Amino acid sequence: MVGTEPLLRIDGLTVAFPGETAVRDLSLAVEAGQTVAIVGESGSGKSMTALALMRLLPRSARITGGSARFAGRDLMALDEGAMRRVRGREIAMIFQEPMTSLNPVHTIGAQVAEVLRLHEGLGRAAARKRAIELLDLVRIADPARRVDDYPHQLSGGMRQRVMIAIAVACGPKLLIADEPTTALDVTIQAQVLDLLDRLRRDLSMGLLLITHDLGIVGQWADRVVVMYAGRKVEEGPPGALLEAPLHPYTAGLLGASPRKAEGLGYREARLAEIPGSISSARGEAGCAFAPRCRHAIASCRAAPPPPLVAHADGRMVACPVLAGSGAPS
Amino acid sequence: MTRAARLLAALRRNLLAAIPTALGIVILNFFLLQLAPGDAADVMAAESGAATEETMRQLRAQLGLDLPLLSQLMAYLGHLAQGSLGFSPRYNMPVAELILQRLPGTLMLMGFALGLAFLLGLFFGTVMALNAGRIADRALSVLTLIFYSVPGFWIGLMLIVAFSIKLGWLPSGGSETIASGKTGLDYALDRLRHMILPGTTLALFFIAVYARLTRAAVMEVAQQDFVRTARAKGLSAFAVGRRHVLRNALLPVTTLAGMHIGGILGGAVVAETVFSWPGLGRLAFEAVMRRDYNVLLGVLLLSSLLVIVVNILVDLLHAWLDPRIDLR
Repeated sequence: MVGTEPLLRIDGLTVAFPGETAVRDLSLAVEAGQTVAIVGESGSGKSMTALALMRLLPRSARITGGSARFAGRDLMALDEGAMRRVRGREIAMIFQEPMTSLNPVHTIGAQVAEVLRLHEGLGRAAARKRAIELLDLVRIADPARRVDDYPHQLSGGMRQRVMIAIAVACGPKLLIADEPTTALDVTIQAQVLDLLDRLRRDLSMGLLLITHDLGIVGQWADRVVVMYAGRKVEEGPPGALLEAPLHPYTAGLLGASPRKAEGLGYREARLAEIPGSISSARGEAGCAFAPRCRHAIASCRAAPPPPLVAHADGRMVACPVLAGSGAPS
Repeated sequence: MTRAARLLAALRRNLLAAIPTALGIVILNFFLLQLAPGDAADVMAAESGAATEETMRQLRAQLGLDLPLLSQLMAYLGHLAQGSLGFSPRYNMPVAELILQRLPGTLMLMGFALGLAFLLGLFFGTVMALNAGRIADRALSVLTLIFYSVPGFWIGLMLIVAFSIKLGWLPSGGSETIASGKTGLDYALDRLRHMILPGTTLALFFIAVYARLTRAAVMEVAQQDFVRTARAKGLSAFAVGRRHVLRNALLPVTTLAGMHIGGILGGAVVAETVFSWPGLGRLAFEAVMRRDYNVLLGVLLLSSLLVIVVNILVDLLHAWLDPRIDLR
């Protein structure tokens, strides 16, 4: 992979709201056919990163710096017209809330067909035929009948499949999935993620998976980026990263996820919590996580915050305290 | 069952349910009118200058006004059951005929006013919502507030002063140029010219109502998740606005717009009187002044039927616009 340009390379992306910086100097790359997961709690800037890539940020937000090279262009520099031709065609996005992400007054077929008619210039009949094929592709039973259903006639999982059908309709190179399974039942979650994974392979898309669920990351991601308070604090392959986190925040997230520990069942294993809340990062001159970190030393709180340092196996971490000593106890 | 068949079934059911409502309205109106002082005989006597007790008694006996109240009501309902709205001694013709003469004029005026109010209201409301908090929003807010709060008769008179007297662009009253001998397109244009001022007078209040409704609805819908989905598809702002935002904003607007249709009939009385428009509103006004209760009851019955029918149509329209509503 060295020497070739990745599908998407975000470099130094910074997104600011008045009085607040949501994403700070974020860099990451997604290779074609690869799944990259962005992990972090609410408010860590994951969703803002996704919306910035689509250039669909709320009106008050500004992209104040950085670039996002995608297929030879900088997405951050495209004008609105050029960006519209990228959205839905080259980069597609699915959202967290399948219950409200579909328009209640149009049939699901019409909503899939809409994107085909827009980007592929298909006629009404051809778009409908393709829509039925796409519904079949996302494993909706009896698609020829379902195509005329309205969203309220479908379950949450089915609606998220429709969202996926809309997203992959034009064969995008990159699919951004913002917490695609958070609102779904656990059994449905696995089905939807399996579907996304299969489509990623079949259509050789890059997949940017945004989640707060580390269980999902271990199973489906090729690479993990951990964000805290708008910054990337750790990055690496999921195996090594979940095995031996180098940043206390990653370790904290892991401790807060239910896992089977040695000799213990799920019920006996006590979940650790990360004390405090992400709002404590506001106005912190040094490491944003320092107020909540039990490994913090005096130099953590001094500006500038610790830089990302490369480690073995392509790992990166922004914590000088733990990185030397291996996994925290 | 197909969608069209279900619509028809719902329509029939609703019309049947409307019969007791209409009956109740007739009986209630009948008693309400008895509360007004004086009767048709008094008015006739007053108009002729003088009358003896004897003539008055004769007149009342002739009009059936000397019968007990309940007998009068039963007689009226008896007529109604046979499909007759009674007879107007004043106009010397059956009430039904009189009303049918006036109905098209009022329907045209209402249709014009409603259409104008809906189009302009939707347009103003959308512009206000898209520029919320900015100068265009503020300016239109003030304008619609004026439309909303200034009484219709005053607006009507001012429009006459401005466009008929000062500028001389539009006629000040009537529904067509009398004995103009115009035909075809010329005739239609003539009718339209006569409709503009009364129609606008009637519409202004509803423009304000619909604009404010639309503003709220568009702002509400614009932040829904499916609008973000539509933008993520790469649709233009115009396509997102039309197919996704406005289409959904229409739902609350049509519901509330339907509720205001009764009000437009009330407004028609004022507009028709100011612009001497030959319609039901003015007929009702004249009937009140002359205590011509057969005519008035007929107009009130027809108005209530009109409101009932329009409400049913709005329900059906709503069911058609919103697939989540199940017709039952």
